[in-house]
Amino acid sequence: MPPPHGGRLINRVLKGKERDRRLKEALELPKIKLPSEYIKDIENIAHGVFSPLEGPMIQEDYLNVLENMRLSNDLPWTIPIVIDVDEEEIKTVKEGDNITIICLEEEKLIAILHVEEVYDYDKEKHVEKVFGIKDPAHPGVAKTYGMKEKLLGGKIDLIDHSANPYYKYTLWPVETRLLFKERGWRTIVGFQTRNAPHTGHEYVQKTALTFTDGLFINPVIGRKKKGDFKDEVILAAYEELIKHYYLKDRAVLAILRTEMRYAGPREAIFHAIVRKNFGCTHFIVGRDHAGVGNFYPPYAAQEIFDEFPDLGIIPIFFKEFFICKKCGGMANEKTCPHPEEYRVRFSGTVIRKLLQQGKKPPKEIMRPEISEIILKWKNPFVE
Amino acid sequence: MTEEKTKSKNFTSILIPTSLYKKLEEKVKETEFSSVSSLVTHIIREYLAKLEEEKEVFSEEEEEEIKERLRALGYID
Repeated sequence: MPPPHGGRLINRVLKGKERDRRLKEALELPKIKLPSEYIKDIENIAHGVFSPLEGPMIQEDYLNVLENMRLSNDLPWTIPIVIDVDEEEIKTVKEGDNITIICLEEEKLIAILHVEEVYDYDKEKHVEKVFGIKDPAHPGVAKTYGMKEKLLGGKIDLIDHSANPYYKYTLWPVETRLLFKERGWRTIVGFQTRNAPHTGHEYVQKTALTFTDGLFINPVIGRKKKGDFKDEVILAAYEELIKHYYLKDRAVLAILRTEMRYAGPREAIFHAIVRKNFGCTHFIVGRDHAGVGNFYPPYAAQEIFDEFPDLGIIPIFFKEFFICKKCGGMANEKTCPHPEEYRVRFSGTVIRKLLQQGKKPPKEIMRPEISEIILKWKNPFVE
Repeated sequence: MTEEKTKSKNFTSILIPTSLYKKLEEKVKETEFSSVSSLVTHIIREYLAKLEEEKEVFSEEEEEEIKERLRALGYID
Protein backbone atom coordinates (compact mmCIF):
# COMPACT_ATOMS: atom_id res chain seq x y z
CA MET A 1 0.00 0.00 0.00
CA PRO A 2 1.47 3.42 -0.84
CA PRO A 3 2.32 5.78 1.99
CA PRO A 4 -0.04 8.75 2.28
CA HIS A 5 0.82 11.77 0.15
CA GLY A 6 3.70 13.51 1.90
CA GLY A 7 4.44 10.39 3.98
CA ARG A 8 2.09 11.00 6.91
CA LEU A 9 -1.67 10.64 7.22
CA ILE A 10 -2.93 13.85 8.72
CA ASN A 11 -5.18 13.53 11.76
CA ARG A 12 -6.55 16.76 13.16
CA VAL A 13 -9.67 15.33 14.76
CA LEU A 14 -9.89 16.31 18.42
CA LYS A 15 -10.90 13.61 20.89
CA GLY A 16 -11.57 13.11 24.60
CA LYS A 17 -10.51 15.72 27.14
CA GLU A 18 -8.55 17.72 24.58
CA ARG A 19 -11.74 18.04 22.52
CA ASP A 20 -13.75 19.13 25.58
CA ARG A 21 -11.15 21.75 26.44
CA ARG A 22 -10.98 23.12 22.90
CA LEU A 23 -14.75 23.13 22.59
CA LYS A 24 -14.94 25.45 25.61
CA GLU A 25 -12.30 27.66 23.99
CA ALA A 26 -14.17 27.64 20.67
CA LEU A 27 -17.35 28.97 22.26
CA GLU A 28 -15.52 32.17 23.21
CA LEU A 29 -13.70 32.79 19.90
CA PRO A 30 -14.76 34.99 16.96
CA LYS A 31 -16.85 32.94 14.57
CA ILE A 32 -17.21 32.60 10.82
CA LYS A 33 -20.02 30.71 9.14
CA LEU A 34 -19.18 28.53 6.15
CA PRO A 35 -21.49 26.61 3.79
CA SER A 36 -21.59 22.83 4.08
CA GLU A 37 -19.42 22.34 0.97
CA TYR A 38 -16.55 24.03 2.82
CA ILE A 39 -17.29 22.09 5.98
CA LYS A 40 -16.96 18.79 4.10
CA ASP A 41 -13.49 19.78 2.98
CA ILE A 42 -12.55 20.80 6.52
CA GLU A 43 -13.58 17.30 7.60
CA ASN A 44 -11.57 15.84 4.71
CA ILE A 45 -8.49 17.75 5.84
CA ALA A 46 -8.91 16.69 9.47
CA HIS A 47 -9.27 13.01 8.53
CA GLY A 48 -6.30 12.96 6.17
CA VAL A 49 -8.23 12.69 2.89
CA PHE A 50 -6.28 15.74 1.70
CA SER A 51 -2.95 14.81 3.36
CA PRO A 52 -0.53 16.53 3.69
CA LEU A 53 -2.81 19.60 4.02
CA GLU A 54 -3.55 20.52 7.63
CA GLY A 55 -5.84 23.39 6.82
CA PRO A 56 -6.76 25.84 4.08
CA MET A 57 -3.67 26.85 2.13
CA ILE A 58 -1.39 29.67 3.16
CA GLN A 59 -0.39 32.06 0.39
CA GLU A 60 2.94 30.41 -0.45
CA ASP A 61 1.26 27.05 -1.06
CA TYR A 62 -1.67 28.66 -2.86
CA LEU A 63 0.60 30.51 -5.30
CA ASN A 64 2.80 27.46 -5.83
CA VAL A 65 -0.25 25.37 -6.63
CA LEU A 66 -1.42 27.94 -9.16
CA GLU A 67 1.97 28.39 -10.82
CA ASN A 68 3.68 25.01 -10.48
CA MET A 69 0.93 22.55 -9.53
CA ARG A 70 2.94 21.76 -6.42
CA LEU A 71 2.94 22.76 -2.76
CA SER A 72 5.83 24.90 -1.55
CA ASN A 73 7.64 21.70 -0.43
CA ASP A 74 7.49 20.45 -4.06
CA LEU A 75 4.80 17.82 -3.45
CA PRO A 76 2.36 17.52 -6.35
CA TRP A 77 -0.91 19.35 -5.66
CA THR A 78 -3.10 20.88 -8.33
CA ILE A 79 -6.30 22.27 -6.80
CA PRO A 80 -6.29 25.17 -4.33
CA ILE A 81 -8.03 24.29 -1.08
CA VAL A 82 -8.99 27.65 0.37
CA ILE A 83 -11.46 29.46 2.59
CA ASP A 84 -12.69 32.79 1.24
CA VAL A 85 -14.13 35.47 3.52
CA ASP A 86 -15.31 39.07 3.45
CA GLU A 87 -13.16 41.67 5.15
CA GLU A 88 -16.16 42.50 7.35
CA GLU A 89 -16.38 38.89 8.63
CA ILE A 90 -12.82 38.96 9.93
CA LYS A 91 -12.39 42.60 10.90
CA THR A 92 -11.45 41.67 14.48
CA VAL A 93 -9.18 38.78 13.46
CA LYS A 94 -5.40 39.11 13.32
CA GLU A 95 -2.88 36.64 11.93
CA GLY A 96 -2.04 34.27 14.78
CA ASP A 97 -5.58 34.30 16.21
CA ASN A 98 -7.86 31.31 16.51
CA ILE A 99 -11.38 31.47 15.12
CA THR A 100 -14.31 29.12 15.29
CA ILE A 101 -15.88 27.69 12.16
CA ILE A 102 -19.63 27.20 12.18
CA CYS A 103 -21.62 25.25 9.61
CA LEU A 104 -23.90 27.83 8.02
CA GLU A 105 -26.84 25.53 7.29
CA GLU A 106 -26.83 23.72 10.64
CA GLU A 107 -25.58 26.54 12.88
CA LYS A 108 -23.25 23.91 14.32
CA LEU A 109 -19.77 24.42 15.73
CA ILE A 110 -17.35 22.39 13.62
CA ALA A 111 -13.72 23.40 14.01
CA ILE A 112 -11.11 25.86 15.17
CA LEU A 113 -8.92 27.52 12.57
CA HIS A 114 -5.52 28.85 13.61
CA VAL A 115 -5.29 31.81 11.27
CA GLU A 116 -1.73 31.97 9.97
CA GLU A 117 -2.49 34.30 7.10
CA VAL A 118 -5.19 36.52 5.65
CA TYR A 119 -4.35 37.34 2.05
CA ASP A 120 -5.62 38.79 -1.19
CA TYR A 121 -5.78 36.82 -4.40
CA ASP A 122 -6.36 37.42 -8.06
CA LYS A 123 -9.51 35.70 -9.33
CA GLU A 124 -8.52 36.12 -12.98
CA LYS A 125 -5.22 34.39 -12.35
CA HIS A 126 -6.93 31.73 -10.23
CA VAL A 127 -9.38 30.68 -12.95
CA GLU A 128 -6.82 30.90 -15.73
CA LYS A 129 -4.41 28.62 -13.88
CA VAL A 130 -6.86 26.14 -12.35
CA PHE A 131 -9.41 25.86 -15.14
CA GLY A 132 -7.32 27.04 -18.08
CA ILE A 133 -10.02 29.51 -19.14
CA LYS A 134 -11.90 32.58 -17.96
CA ASP A 135 -15.30 31.75 -19.43
CA PRO A 136 -18.00 32.08 -16.73
CA ALA A 137 -20.01 29.41 -18.59
CA HIS A 138 -17.63 26.98 -16.88
CA PRO A 139 -19.14 26.15 -13.45
CA GLY A 140 -15.77 26.29 -11.66
CA VAL A 141 -14.97 29.68 -13.17
CA ALA A 142 -18.41 31.03 -12.27
CA LYS A 143 -18.01 29.80 -8.71
CA THR A 144 -14.57 31.41 -8.37
CA TYR A 145 -15.85 34.77 -9.64
CA GLY A 146 -18.49 34.56 -6.91
CA MET A 147 -15.97 33.96 -4.13
CA LYS A 148 -15.30 36.52 -1.39
CA GLU A 149 -12.31 38.85 -1.48
CA LYS A 150 -9.88 37.45 1.10
CA LEU A 151 -8.42 34.00 1.74
CA LEU A 152 -7.63 32.52 5.14
CA GLY A 153 -4.73 30.12 5.58
CA GLY A 154 -3.80 28.02 8.61
CA LYS A 155 -4.30 24.74 10.44
CA ILE A 156 -7.65 23.41 11.56
CA ASP A 157 -8.71 21.25 14.49
CA LEU A 158 -11.97 19.39 14.03
CA ILE A 159 -14.36 19.38 16.96
CA ASP A 160 -17.50 17.97 15.38
CA HIS A 161 -18.88 16.68 12.09
CA SER A 162 -21.64 18.13 9.97
CA ALA A 163 -24.82 16.16 9.27
CA ASN A 164 -24.14 13.26 6.96
CA PRO A 165 -27.03 11.42 5.31
CA TYR A 166 -24.50 8.98 3.88
CA TYR A 167 -22.78 8.02 7.11
CA LYS A 168 -22.81 4.30 6.27
CA TYR A 169 -20.86 4.99 3.07
CA THR A 170 -18.36 7.36 4.68
CA LEU A 171 -14.96 5.84 5.28
CA TRP A 172 -11.83 7.81 6.12
CA PRO A 173 -8.35 6.87 4.85
CA VAL A 174 -7.35 5.24 8.11
CA GLU A 175 -10.40 2.97 7.73
CA THR A 176 -10.02 2.13 4.04
CA ARG A 177 -6.35 1.34 4.59
CA LEU A 178 -7.21 -1.12 7.34
CA LEU A 179 -10.10 -2.53 5.30
CA PHE A 180 -7.85 -3.19 2.30
CA LYS A 181 -5.33 -4.84 4.60
CA GLU A 182 -8.04 -7.02 6.17
CA ARG A 183 -9.09 -8.15 2.72
CA GLY A 184 -5.53 -9.05 1.87
CA TRP A 185 -5.41 -6.63 -1.05
CA ARG A 186 -1.91 -5.49 -2.02
CA THR A 187 -2.97 -3.63 -5.16
CA ILE A 188 -6.11 -1.51 -5.18
CA VAL A 189 -7.52 0.44 -8.08
CA GLY A 190 -9.54 3.56 -7.33
CA PHE A 191 -12.46 4.62 -9.48
CA GLN A 192 -13.74 8.17 -9.35
CA THR A 193 -17.29 8.78 -10.48
CA ARG A 194 -20.12 11.29 -10.44
CA ASN A 195 -22.47 9.08 -12.45
CA ALA A 196 -24.76 6.12 -12.07
CA PRO A 197 -22.93 3.26 -13.77
CA HIS A 198 -23.50 2.20 -17.36
CA THR A 199 -21.92 -0.93 -18.81
CA GLY A 200 -18.93 1.10 -20.08
CA HIS A 201 -18.05 2.07 -16.51
CA GLU A 202 -18.46 -1.53 -15.40
CA TYR A 203 -16.18 -2.72 -18.20
CA VAL A 204 -13.45 -0.23 -17.28
CA GLN A 205 -13.64 -1.17 -13.60
CA LYS A 206 -13.55 -4.90 -14.28
CA THR A 207 -10.72 -4.57 -16.78
CA ALA A 208 -8.65 -2.75 -14.15
CA LEU A 209 -9.68 -5.31 -11.54
CA THR A 210 -8.31 -8.17 -13.65
CA PHE A 211 -4.78 -7.08 -12.78
CA THR A 212 -5.31 -5.67 -9.28
CA ASP A 213 -6.57 -7.29 -6.08
CA GLY A 214 -9.43 -4.95 -5.29
CA LEU A 215 -11.62 -2.20 -6.66
CA PHE A 216 -12.41 0.93 -4.65
CA ILE A 217 -15.49 2.64 -6.10
CA ASN A 218 -15.43 6.15 -4.71
CA PRO A 219 -18.23 8.42 -5.97
CA VAL A 220 -18.00 12.13 -5.32
CA ILE A 221 -20.93 13.14 -3.15
CA GLY A 222 -21.50 16.87 -2.94
CA ARG A 223 -22.49 19.87 -4.96
CA LYS A 224 -22.71 19.09 -8.65
CA LYS A 225 -24.02 20.83 -11.71
CA LYS A 226 -27.56 20.73 -13.01
CA GLY A 227 -28.27 17.53 -14.91
CA ASP A 228 -25.80 15.34 -12.98
CA PHE A 229 -27.20 12.31 -11.17
CA LYS A 230 -28.37 12.95 -7.61
CA ASP A 231 -26.11 11.51 -4.93
CA GLU A 232 -28.67 9.07 -3.59
CA VAL A 233 -29.30 7.74 -7.11
CA ILE A 234 -25.58 7.10 -7.71
CA LEU A 235 -25.26 5.18 -4.45
CA ALA A 236 -28.40 3.10 -4.96
CA ALA A 237 -27.30 2.24 -8.50
CA TYR A 238 -23.85 1.14 -7.36
CA GLU A 239 -25.31 -0.94 -4.51
CA GLU A 240 -27.41 -2.74 -7.10
CA LEU A 241 -24.52 -3.23 -9.51
CA ILE A 242 -22.27 -4.69 -6.80
CA LYS A 243 -25.09 -6.93 -5.56
CA HIS A 244 -25.68 -8.49 -8.98
CA TYR A 245 -22.43 -8.25 -10.88
CA TYR A 246 -19.41 -8.02 -8.56
CA LEU A 247 -17.65 -10.38 -6.18
CA LYS A 248 -18.29 -8.96 -2.72
CA ASP A 249 -14.72 -9.49 -1.57
CA ARG A 250 -13.30 -7.67 -4.58
CA ALA A 251 -15.14 -4.34 -4.46
CA VAL A 252 -15.63 -1.63 -1.85
CA LEU A 253 -18.08 1.24 -2.23
CA ALA A 254 -17.42 4.34 -0.13
CA ILE A 255 -17.93 8.02 -0.83
CA LEU A 256 -15.78 11.10 -1.16
CA ARG A 257 -17.68 14.06 0.29
CA THR A 258 -16.45 17.01 -1.69
CA GLU A 259 -17.69 19.10 -4.56
CA MET A 260 -16.81 18.57 -8.20
CA ARG A 261 -14.56 21.39 -9.43
CA TYR A 262 -14.80 20.40 -13.12
CA ALA A 263 -11.13 21.36 -13.48
CA GLY A 264 -10.39 18.52 -15.91
CA PRO A 265 -6.65 17.66 -15.98
CA ARG A 266 -5.78 19.38 -12.70
CA GLU A 267 -8.68 17.71 -10.96
CA ALA A 268 -7.58 14.29 -12.27
CA ILE A 269 -4.28 14.72 -10.40
CA PHE A 270 -6.15 15.89 -7.30
CA HIS A 271 -8.48 12.88 -7.52
CA ALA A 272 -5.49 10.54 -7.82
CA ILE A 273 -3.79 12.07 -4.75
CA VAL A 274 -6.96 11.66 -2.69
CA ARG A 275 -7.24 7.97 -3.70
CA LYS A 276 -3.57 7.46 -2.82
CA ASN A 277 -4.43 8.73 0.65
CA PHE A 278 -7.26 6.20 0.82
CA GLY A 279 -4.63 3.52 0.11
CA CYS A 280 -5.07 2.92 -3.62
CA THR A 281 -2.05 1.85 -5.65
CA HIS A 282 -3.72 2.53 -9.01
CA PHE A 283 -6.21 5.04 -10.32
CA ILE A 284 -8.44 4.88 -13.39
CA VAL A 285 -8.40 7.88 -15.71
CA GLY A 286 -10.78 7.72 -18.61
CA ARG A 287 -11.85 10.11 -21.31
CA ASP A 288 -12.45 13.72 -20.23
CA HIS A 289 -11.94 13.01 -16.55
CA ALA A 290 -13.55 15.72 -14.38
CA GLY A 291 -14.33 17.69 -17.50
CA VAL A 292 -17.43 19.65 -18.35
CA GLY A 293 -18.87 20.55 -21.76
CA ASN A 294 -16.09 20.79 -24.32
CA PHE A 295 -13.72 22.85 -22.20
CA TYR A 296 -10.88 20.29 -22.20
CA PRO A 297 -9.38 18.06 -24.91
CA PRO A 298 -10.69 14.49 -24.38
CA TYR A 299 -7.39 13.03 -23.12
CA ALA A 300 -5.78 16.08 -21.49
CA ALA A 301 -6.48 14.57 -18.07
CA GLN A 302 -4.29 11.59 -19.02
CA GLU A 303 -1.46 13.58 -20.57
CA ILE A 304 -0.97 15.74 -17.46
CA PHE A 305 0.25 12.70 -15.50
CA ASP A 306 3.55 12.90 -17.47
CA GLU A 307 4.42 15.94 -15.39
CA PHE A 308 4.22 14.04 -12.11
CA PRO A 309 6.77 11.23 -11.90
CA ASP A 310 6.54 11.53 -8.11
CA LEU A 311 2.79 11.17 -7.66
CA GLY A 312 3.05 7.82 -5.86
CA ILE A 313 -0.01 6.26 -7.47
CA ILE A 314 -0.11 4.56 -10.86
CA PRO A 315 -2.66 5.95 -13.31
CA ILE A 316 -4.41 3.47 -15.58
CA PHE A 317 -5.49 5.16 -18.78
CA PHE A 318 -8.43 4.01 -20.85
CA LYS A 319 -9.51 5.15 -24.25
CA GLU A 320 -13.23 5.67 -24.57
CA PHE A 321 -15.12 2.38 -24.79
CA PHE A 322 -18.05 1.72 -27.12
CA ILE A 323 -20.03 -1.28 -28.17
CA CYS A 324 -19.03 -2.59 -31.58
CA LYS A 325 -21.76 -4.59 -33.27
CA LYS A 326 -19.21 -6.24 -35.54
CA CYS A 327 -16.82 -7.17 -32.71
CA GLY A 328 -19.84 -8.29 -30.72
CA GLY A 329 -19.00 -6.46 -27.51
CA MET A 330 -17.11 -3.74 -25.76
CA ALA A 331 -14.21 -2.21 -27.66
CA ASN A 332 -12.25 0.97 -28.11
CA GLU A 333 -10.17 2.60 -30.82
CA LYS A 334 -7.16 0.52 -29.76
CA THR A 335 -8.99 -2.78 -30.14
CA CYS A 336 -11.66 -2.33 -32.80
CA PRO A 337 -10.90 -2.08 -36.55
CA HIS A 338 -14.48 -1.40 -37.63
CA PRO A 339 -15.97 1.86 -38.88
CA GLU A 340 -18.16 4.22 -36.87
CA GLU A 341 -21.42 2.82 -38.28
CA TYR A 342 -20.93 -0.37 -36.20
CA ARG A 343 -20.20 1.51 -32.99
CA VAL A 344 -22.69 2.39 -30.26
CA ARG A 345 -21.27 5.09 -28.02
CA PHE A 346 -22.10 5.76 -24.39
CA SER A 347 -23.76 9.14 -24.53
CA GLY A 348 -24.61 10.61 -21.15
CA THR A 349 -27.05 12.93 -22.87
CA VAL A 350 -28.92 10.06 -24.56
CA ILE A 351 -29.00 7.95 -21.38
CA ARG A 352 -30.27 10.93 -19.41
CA LYS A 353 -32.93 11.73 -21.99
CA LEU A 354 -34.27 8.16 -22.00
CA LEU A 355 -34.37 8.04 -18.20
CA GLN A 356 -36.10 11.42 -18.06
CA GLN A 357 -38.77 10.01 -20.36
CA GLY A 358 -39.19 7.09 -17.97
CA LYS A 359 -37.61 4.68 -20.45
CA LYS A 360 -34.90 2.12 -19.81
CA PRO A 361 -31.75 2.52 -21.93
CA PRO A 362 -30.89 -0.63 -23.97
CA LYS A 363 -29.54 -3.41 -21.73
CA GLU A 364 -26.21 -3.34 -23.62
CA ILE A 365 -25.80 0.24 -22.39
CA MET A 366 -27.22 0.03 -18.89
CA ARG A 367 -27.97 -3.04 -16.79
CA PRO A 368 -31.77 -3.40 -16.46
CA GLU A 369 -31.45 -3.58 -12.66
CA ILE A 370 -29.68 -0.22 -12.67
CA SER A 371 -32.25 1.39 -14.98
CA GLU A 372 -35.07 0.12 -12.75
CA ILE A 373 -33.46 1.53 -9.64
CA ILE A 374 -32.93 4.92 -11.29
CA LEU A 375 -36.47 5.03 -12.60
CA LYS A 376 -37.81 4.70 -9.06
CA TRP A 377 -36.92 8.37 -8.64
CA LYS A 378 -39.35 10.90 -10.04
CA ASN A 379 -36.38 13.03 -11.00
CA PRO A 380 -33.00 11.31 -10.64
CA PHE A 381 -31.05 14.41 -11.74
CA VAL A 382 -29.83 17.53 -9.99
CA GLU A 383 -32.19 20.43 -10.75
CA MET B 1 7.47 40.20 -6.62
CA THR B 2 8.98 40.28 -10.12
CA GLU B 3 9.17 37.10 -12.17
CA GLU B 4 12.99 37.11 -11.97
CA LYS B 5 12.96 37.41 -8.18
CA THR B 6 10.39 34.61 -7.89
CA LYS B 7 12.56 32.43 -10.12
CA SER B 8 15.69 33.02 -8.10
CA LYS B 9 13.78 32.26 -4.90
CA ASN B 10 12.30 29.02 -6.22
CA PHE B 11 15.34 27.61 -8.03
CA THR B 12 18.89 26.77 -7.06
CA SER B 13 22.00 25.43 -8.82
CA ILE B 14 23.53 21.99 -8.50
CA LEU B 15 26.85 20.87 -9.90
CA ILE B 16 27.06 17.96 -12.30
CA PRO B 17 30.03 16.97 -14.50
CA THR B 18 30.22 19.07 -17.66
CA SER B 19 30.51 15.93 -19.78
CA LEU B 20 27.26 14.61 -18.31
CA TYR B 21 25.56 17.95 -18.85
CA LYS B 22 26.63 17.93 -22.50
CA LYS B 23 25.30 14.39 -22.94
CA LEU B 24 21.97 15.43 -21.42
CA GLU B 25 21.88 18.57 -23.55
CA GLU B 26 21.99 16.37 -26.64
CA LYS B 27 19.47 13.86 -25.30
CA VAL B 28 16.99 16.49 -24.20
CA LYS B 29 16.48 17.52 -27.82
CA GLU B 30 14.82 14.15 -28.42
CA THR B 31 12.42 14.51 -25.49
CA GLU B 32 9.47 16.68 -24.50
CA PHE B 33 11.63 18.43 -21.88
CA SER B 34 12.42 22.05 -22.56
CA SER B 35 15.86 22.04 -20.88
CA VAL B 36 18.41 19.94 -19.04
CA SER B 37 17.15 21.48 -15.80
CA SER B 38 13.59 20.29 -16.36
CA LEU B 39 14.83 16.80 -17.28
CA VAL B 40 17.03 16.60 -14.17
CA THR B 41 14.18 17.89 -11.98
CA HIS B 42 11.92 15.15 -13.39
CA ILE B 43 14.53 12.44 -12.73
CA ILE B 44 15.16 13.60 -9.16
CA ARG B 45 11.42 13.72 -8.37
CA GLU B 46 11.02 10.21 -9.76
CA TYR B 47 13.94 9.01 -7.63
CA LEU B 48 12.61 10.63 -4.44
CA ALA B 49 9.17 9.07 -4.96
CA LYS B 50 10.80 5.63 -5.05
CA LEU B 51 12.31 6.24 -1.62
CA GLU B 52 8.89 6.65 -0.01
CA GLU B 53 8.30 3.73 2.30
CA GLU B 54 5.14 1.98 3.30
CA LYS B 55 4.26 2.32 6.97
CA GLU B 56 1.28 1.62 9.17
CA VAL B 57 -0.89 4.65 9.75
CA PHE B 58 -2.63 3.33 12.86
CA SER B 59 -1.57 1.85 16.21
CA GLU B 60 -2.75 -1.56 17.50
CA GLU B 61 -5.25 0.16 19.81
CA GLU B 62 -6.64 2.26 16.99
CA GLU B 63 -6.84 -0.82 14.81
CA GLU B 64 -9.43 -2.45 17.08
CA GLU B 65 -11.48 0.75 17.20
CA ILE B 66 -11.44 1.05 13.42
CA LYS B 67 -12.36 -2.60 12.95
CA GLU B 68 -15.33 -2.07 15.23
CA ARG B 69 -16.68 0.69 13.00
CA LEU B 70 -16.00 -1.31 9.82
CA ARG B 71 -17.93 -4.22 11.32
CA ALA B 72 -20.81 -1.98 12.37
CA LEU B 73 -21.06 -0.60 8.83
CA GLY B 74 -20.93 -4.09 7.32
CA TYR B 75 -17.57 -3.72 5.57
CA ILE B 76 -16.00 -6.64 7.46
CA ASP B 77 -17.47 -9.65 9.28
